[in-house]
Amino acid sequence: MCLGIPGQIIEVTDADNLMAKVDISGIQRQVNIACIVSEQHPAADCVGDWVLVHVGFAMSIIDAEEAQKTLQILAELGEVQEELDAMRQSATI
Amino acid sequence: MKYVDEFRDPEKARALKNKIAQLMDQLPHTEKKPLLLMEFCGGHTHTLFRYGIQQMLPSSIEMVHGPGCPVCVLPRGRVDDCVVLAERPDVIFTTFGDAMRVPGSHKSLLQAKADGADIRMVYSPLDALELARKNPERQVIFFALGFETTMPSTALTVMQARAEGLTNFALFCNHLTTAPTIQAILDDPDMHIDGFLAPGHVSMVIGEQPFQFIPERYHKPIVITGFEPLDILQSIYMLLQQIVEGRCEVENQYVRIVQKQGNHPGLAAIEQVFELRDSFEMRGLGTLDDSGVRMRPEFAGFDAEKKFQVPNLRVTDPESCQCGDVVKGLIRPWQCAEFGKLCTPESPMGALMVSSEGACAAYYNFGDLPELMAKRQAHLDRESAA
Repeated sequence: MCLGIPGQIIEVTDADNLMAKVDISGIQRQVNIACIVSEQHPAADCVGDWVLVHVGFAMSIIDAEEAQKTLQILAELGEVQEELDAMRQSATI
Repeated sequence: MKYVDEFRDPEKARALKNKIAQLMDQLPHTEKKPLLLMEFCGGHTHTLFRYGIQQMLPSSIEMVHGPGCPVCVLPRGRVDDCVVLAERPDVIFTTFGDAMRVPGSHKSLLQAKADGADIRMVYSPLDALELARKNPERQVIFFALGFETTMPSTALTVMQARAEGLTNFALFCNHLTTAPTIQAILDDPDMHIDGFLAPGHVSMVIGEQPFQFIPERYHKPIVITGFEPLDILQSIYMLLQQIVEGRCEVENQYVRIVQKQGNHPGLAAIEQVFELRDSFEMRGLGTLDDSGVRMRPEFAGFDAEKKFQVPNLRVTDPESCQCGDVVKGLIRPWQCAEFGKLCTPESPMGALMVSSEGACAAYYNFGDLPELMAKRQAHLDRESAA
């Protein structure tokens, strides 16, 4: 029930009824975009957005910057770990 | 797949695994007395098993599987109500797939379909709406399941039906609310959870605020979590950091999707269509006050409970069925006497063996079955000796 999948909006097909075409790994389907549309972000602006698709609805825009930040934090965790391991291995005492 | 593959990177998983082990070294917990962390959501249980995350964790951490699986907490009586609705000759009954195999008192929806009822599996409530448009002489009912994650999609579909003036579309509303369910776990004297992984897609809709009561009133840390393996590992790491540092707050790991204030259009749609019920029954947890939602009176024309007669009986599970204890994390699936014997995915006795998010199905499908069955036997021997 919680299974959402990322996809990219490629076309707004019905601006009045807030329907768009989304591409999910090459598969295309219609989704309702009511949850991602606002005054600041009208239907036309949604083309190109990466969104989380769930039961035929685009539920949320995926924030590319935040995704990058998360991956960066995780990469740094690994780098610190590698540093510590290297220090441990080269310790002469 | 973009936004999926990056969050499955094994190297980053290894780094998190090491950090988690380091933090556990600073805590007094052991395998005999482990730190108990609950992943509330069935989707998280599924990820835990699919990627063998429990095996990556030190044995001083035990993941307790929570009741956040809408199919798993469906009471038997509610399935019977679905069958009654579906067996009406004028009805096309539509539902998400995993609800179809949950056993009722006499039959499941799948069995009712085999017996001739017009029951159709749909991916989206919009598919059910389309069926209503295409079949004006039939009454289309959509079985609305799920916690807050699926409330916006159901609500928006009903609003669309109303806008089009349809008179043959209705919801059988079984939406559940997350906060009262977590509270029931916290209030249960048998449960002693040290920290929670909050359901990421519920939070996507409702934001962070509804979880504040958990650190504020119960002094337990909680981290809003995504659904890929790195998300779960990072959340466990964040929970451990809170515990080691003596902090207790709501944190958001799933920042690429979840905003603090939730989803405004989704919340607005929910507010328009639904209202809180006085009480609602959930398998295993019993009847919770101020929990679950029903449709507002102005949507009575789209409410299956108002349009049709539904028995609405409370039906207890068979005596040997321990779905209730497993679903709230009191016992593990292999501690149920029926696990792997009379209850298997091919012939399930209860909902937890049916749903892909259910703990029992997860253990059965992804666990070491011979080992689990041996543990089960040892547990039963201990119980009968006691």
